[in-house]
Amino acid sequence: MANSKISLTTCPYCGVGCGVQAIQEKDGSTSVKGDKGHPANFGRLCSKGSALADTLGLEGRLLYPHVNGERTSWDTALDAVTKGLTKVIEQHGADAVAFYVSGQLLTEDYYVANKLMKGFIGSANIDTNSRLCMSSAVAGYKRAFGSDSVPGNYKDLELADLIVIEGSNTAWCHPIVYQRIVKAKQDRPNLKIVVIDPRKTPTCDIADLHLPIKPGSDATLFNGLLSYISQQQHVDWAFVNQHTEGFAEALISAEKSAKNVTQVAQRCELTEQDVSRFFQLFVNTEKVVTLYSQGVNQSSSGTDKSNSIINCHLATGRIGKPAMGPFSITGQPNAMGGREVGALSNQLAAHMELDNPIHHDLVSRFWQTDNLASVAGTQAVDMFEEIANGNIKAIWVIATNPVVTLPNADKVLKTIEMCDLVIVSECEYNTGTVARANILLPALAWGEKCGTVTNSERRISHQRQFLPSPGEAKKDWWILAQVAQRMGFGDAFNYQTTAEIFREHAALSGFENEGQRDFDISGLASMTDDEYAELLPIQWPVTDQKPNGTQRLFEDKQFFTASGKAKIIAITPRAPVNKTSKEYPIILNTGRVRDQWHTMTRTARSARLNAHISEPIMQIHPTDAKKYDLNHGALAQLDSQWGDMLTRVVVTEEQRIGSVFVPMHWNFFMSSKGRVNALVNPVVDPISGQPESKHTPIKVVSYQPAWYGFMFSRTPLTPVDSPYWVKIKGEQFWRYEIAGEKAIDDFPSWAKKQLGEKGEWLEFSDLSAKRFRAGKIIDNRLESIVFISADYGLPTRSWLSQLFSEQTISDEMRMSLLAGKPGAGLPDTGSVVCACFGVGENTIKEAISGGSAKTVDDIGTLLKAGTNCGSCIPELKKIISA
Amino acid sequence: MKQKLVLIGNGMAGMRTVDELLKLSPDKFEITVFGAEPHGNYNRIMLSPVLAGDKQLSEIIINDLQWYEDNKITLYTGKTITKIDRVNQQVISDDGITSDYDRLIIATGSLPVLLDIPGKQLEGVISFRDINDVNVMIKTAKTHKNAIVIGGGLLGLEAANGLMIQGMNVSVVHRSNTLMSQQLDQEAADLMREELEQKGMHFLLNHHTEALLGDDRVEKIRFKDGTEVAADLVVMAIGVRPNITLAKASGIQCDRGILVDDTLQTYTPTIYAVGECVQHRNKTFGLVAPLFEQARVCANHLVDMGFASYVSAVTSTKLKVTGINLFSAGDYVGVDGTESIIFKDVSRHIYKKLVIKNNTIVGILLYGETTDGLWYFSLLTEGQNISDIRENILFGQQHVEEQG
Repeated sequence: MANSKISLTTCPYCGVGCGVQAIQEKDGSTSVKGDKGHPANFGRLCSKGSALADTLGLEGRLLYPHVNGERTSWDTALDAVTKGLTKVIEQHGADAVAFYVSGQLLTEDYYVANKLMKGFIGSANIDTNSRLCMSSAVAGYKRAFGSDSVPGNYKDLELADLIVIEGSNTAWCHPIVYQRIVKAKQDRPNLKIVVIDPRKTPTCDIADLHLPIKPGSDATLFNGLLSYISQQQHVDWAFVNQHTEGFAEALISAEKSAKNVTQVAQRCELTEQDVSRFFQLFVNTEKVVTLYSQGVNQSSSGTDKSNSIINCHLATGRIGKPAMGPFSITGQPNAMGGREVGALSNQLAAHMELDNPIHHDLVSRFWQTDNLASVAGTQAVDMFEEIANGNIKAIWVIATNPVVTLPNADKVLKTIEMCDLVIVSECEYNTGTVARANILLPALAWGEKCGTVTNSERRISHQRQFLPSPGEAKKDWWILAQVAQRMGFGDAFNYQTTAEIFREHAALSGFENEGQRDFDISGLASMTDDEYAELLPIQWPVTDQKPNGTQRLFEDKQFFTASGKAKIIAITPRAPVNKTSKEYPIILNTGRVRDQWHTMTRTARSARLNAHISEPIMQIHPTDAKKYDLNHGALAQLDSQWGDMLTRVVVTEEQRIGSVFVPMHWNFFMSSKGRVNALVNPVVDPISGQPESKHTPIKVVSYQPAWYGFMFSRTPLTPVDSPYWVKIKGEQFWRYEIAGEKAIDDFPSWAKKQLGEKGEWLEFSDLSAKRFRAGKIIDNRLESIVFISADYGLPTRSWLSQLFSEQTISDEMRMSLLAGKPGAGLPDTGSVVCACFGVGENTIKEAISGGSAKTVDDIGTLLKAGTNCGSCIPELKKIISA
Repeated sequence: MKQKLVLIGNGMAGMRTVDELLKLSPDKFEITVFGAEPHGNYNRIMLSPVLAGDKQLSEIIINDLQWYEDNKITLYTGKTITKIDRVNQQVISDDGITSDYDRLIIATGSLPVLLDIPGKQLEGVISFRDINDVNVMIKTAKTHKNAIVIGGGLLGLEAANGLMIQGMNVSVVHRSNTLMSQQLDQEAADLMREELEQKGMHFLLNHHTEALLGDDRVEKIRFKDGTEVAADLVVMAIGVRPNITLAKASGIQCDRGILVDDTLQTYTPTIYAVGECVQHRNKTFGLVAPLFEQARVCANHLVDMGFASYVSAVTSTKLKVTGINLFSAGDYVGVDGTESIIFKDVSRHIYKKLVIKNNTIVGILLYGETTDGLWYFSLLTEGQNISDIRENILFGQQHVEEQG
């Protein structure tokens, strides 16, 4: 269209980092489609990406600064932040403040936050929510390669002959990477896919082999693979001898814990046949990529698990070449950017180390600071422990929602309420964390801000601004720089443009690097503002020697360890920390669903995204469902030692016996008791600090309320006073799934209280069966509905949902409304001729034209028409003679 | 030689019996019919549509005079039988016609109940029973304005509706708060009142008539609370009672009605009785469906087939003349120990109710939306267990069948 404006940007959701075209029409509306020119997705978008335009509304946005609940000017708010932080630092030292930041931030925002905290406040107490997501992968890479380097790229997946998908429901969590694999397999059916996952996820659709592994036993499996590689003579001795160290020790550990197929099968609860098929496939296929994600990372031994995978690639020399390598795929759009700027509390900056004196000196000089932190700060989970212990007095949370996402989330909630000073930079109002803040700073959202992000394959892309700034929201880096200036660090934070920050970041990466550090984008450090604005997607390193970026690392077989050799790490598999017990016999596994993102603050705005899985669910195997007396569609209460929740029960064979799956997404605003992280054990990997979010012992009991129900309303309702409620935005309606423990005495007046009195009311009641339904129509449009039942077997919500898109409700819809479904559509019998027996004109005509009725008496015998009061006989005669 | 059959009463029940007889054995009897009204046989149910102007008189004639001739039936119209001589098996009319019978059918129907109050004899005070009443009403409407209908039952409301259509200002006087209490519960009655009020009908509920006032013609109605309302026409429609004057006078065993057994035979073996004048197993009748069934059974015995037996069943009521769809049957109020399933769409004046006992339907009340009335009624009469379809039954057959 001639008048529309197209901006090239990137998707703000997962780590695939797809290119997006934002198309703005003259009427102000925005639509999105995939950017055909972006090498991550070549024009494709997943369901979430496709619905981005649905999430752009300003309803529920945080648009103005607030201090202690009062709206203030930016000056007041920034002064309050500065004063608050300064006071805490003066009284308790720099380590009494902390920043908890996010993989949602752009690299430039991230850079400024890290620089302020580590470089000038002088503490390393900055950690990111990426800690929950890929810190084990980072630690694994660093142990093996001496650097946090993702060796390969997406193209390798398409070139491979075997893809081992380990601990990842790629189909739902990285849909476009998955689609690329699907396409590759279609094009080359010889491409084999092995999925290792306790659950039979949708990713298994394309699997040649699925290993439903015992939760937590991944390292045993890969140790077994290492043993097998050695026993079957598949070790690449030339590579191992020249470019690695530690193989012998690693093999001893491997054979000790997983010496053969039989032992592996037993310890991982797999069949020998499956294990041996996987091992054979691996050793016999040169071009193999192992793609791994949270199933590996979110574990108390996540770092070991990732090294057990990397070990197998190093032992076979399958790294640094096309179509092979260990590939950790990240969860967030800019988890990689966060790693690059060093926003984890144990990193310094630009892939440099806090405890490395050379790095410390280098960064001090580059930033011109004498206050650079030199010891690691606290990590996400510990950070809140430190608040609880009183050691951290002030926290600044930026673009993340810890009261929903951190393990033991109820304690996090209490902890944050105890903290003296809570500053939150956010674009959303309804996050849960916002509600606990002293100072609220409104930040720009996707489409309003610009900067760079790095995806899972090290590709830096420009996320561009195409919408105006709403309200008084500001760029995150601006907010941070303003505070830095007020704290007296003006010279170091006198940024005018985003490009300026990027150039500084790029310059630091190349500063005295000379090939010693993997992360080097010095080739981008001298970009002009215009060049920055036009920056095309590019994979780091980008240097003078490699001005077009780098597709693949380690092609020269040189690693960033002191010796230049990769390390094969000896792994002794460890079981998850908390074991199941008599009291808590089930393993809770958590993760994402296809159509929601994180704590739903954005995706829940989109009706179509809410249609897929609308409620916090618990997937459970039929055997367990029977054991714990749970029915599909009913509710269950889940308890762990740390917290509890309520979920809808989904019985499925895809779940492993003994383990249940619950999505991570539901927050306070979307559900009464749907925060799964309230239950998750606050156990972390000792090396990476990543929580064990995939393994918490719980108990599951059937939750039996007095009644179940649902409500629909065109306008949002005030939260229902019921122990179970879930709020779901639909197309022109809000839906509420509800359940109550207290019997409702007077249904009609209860319904009016919930939905408001005004309107034409329809009511259905069968009180003996504890069934009540009501609907409200205003100006022939459906306004709201409530259905209440003694059991969970309520009608499906689909037809009722559709009715809200109808401009007017027809009589037929109106009469079927409280049935919750349309009638079967009996044949049109025509206008009623015989009222006594309800015989229609069409029925009579049919009988006549079919030859079975010739007289009034015939019609009477056949259809009964005219045989009671007889008042229709004249009409019958007329029809016959016609 | 043919046997002689005499029918007293040229109404719906009697003539239906003759119809059935002719079907079974057209030549068995020489038939004579006496009718008090000066017409052929007409459909009395259709008097309301005639009053409402929806139908012409000619359209409600079931059998015209030609039909009697064609079927060789002797018809005396405008003749009232004053005596039955059971010994000589003869009937005698008011003007002296004597007719012998081998078998006699009494089908004298019912009489309107009239309030025994001062002024009941005044001109303009009528009931709503026959063509003559309808003619009076139509004529009065042309010359007078204010009509009062006493009785808010089915018949009263139909009369009131017809009079309103004929252009009169109509008030319905009813002694309780519940209109059509034989068919409606309070909730449905309120809906009906609202709907009729919207059409312009007035109601004087909980009013007890004390007297009708006027010189020759009625002018006012006075209530027990002393209030008075202008009235140019008063239609009494407070009920009917079996017309048993003749039977009683002739020594035929009567209680409230003429007592009949399951074959519709009276205590006098040659004499049968059908219709609203009878009392069968302590029940009297006012609706058309059981009358037709009585006719069928009676004819079966008159032709000596002798196997049919009359069983009185639950009946349903449909009302449509007032423009309101209504279907009601069984225990539509719901006594103790029953359960009710109810649907209401008040602004559309729709109210549906099923009364359930032991998982079967025992009562039906459909107001405003009656499509599924007959289906419910068949479930009721068949005693179907409805527990499997309970959730959707009230939304109609098509919602239940979908479940397969």
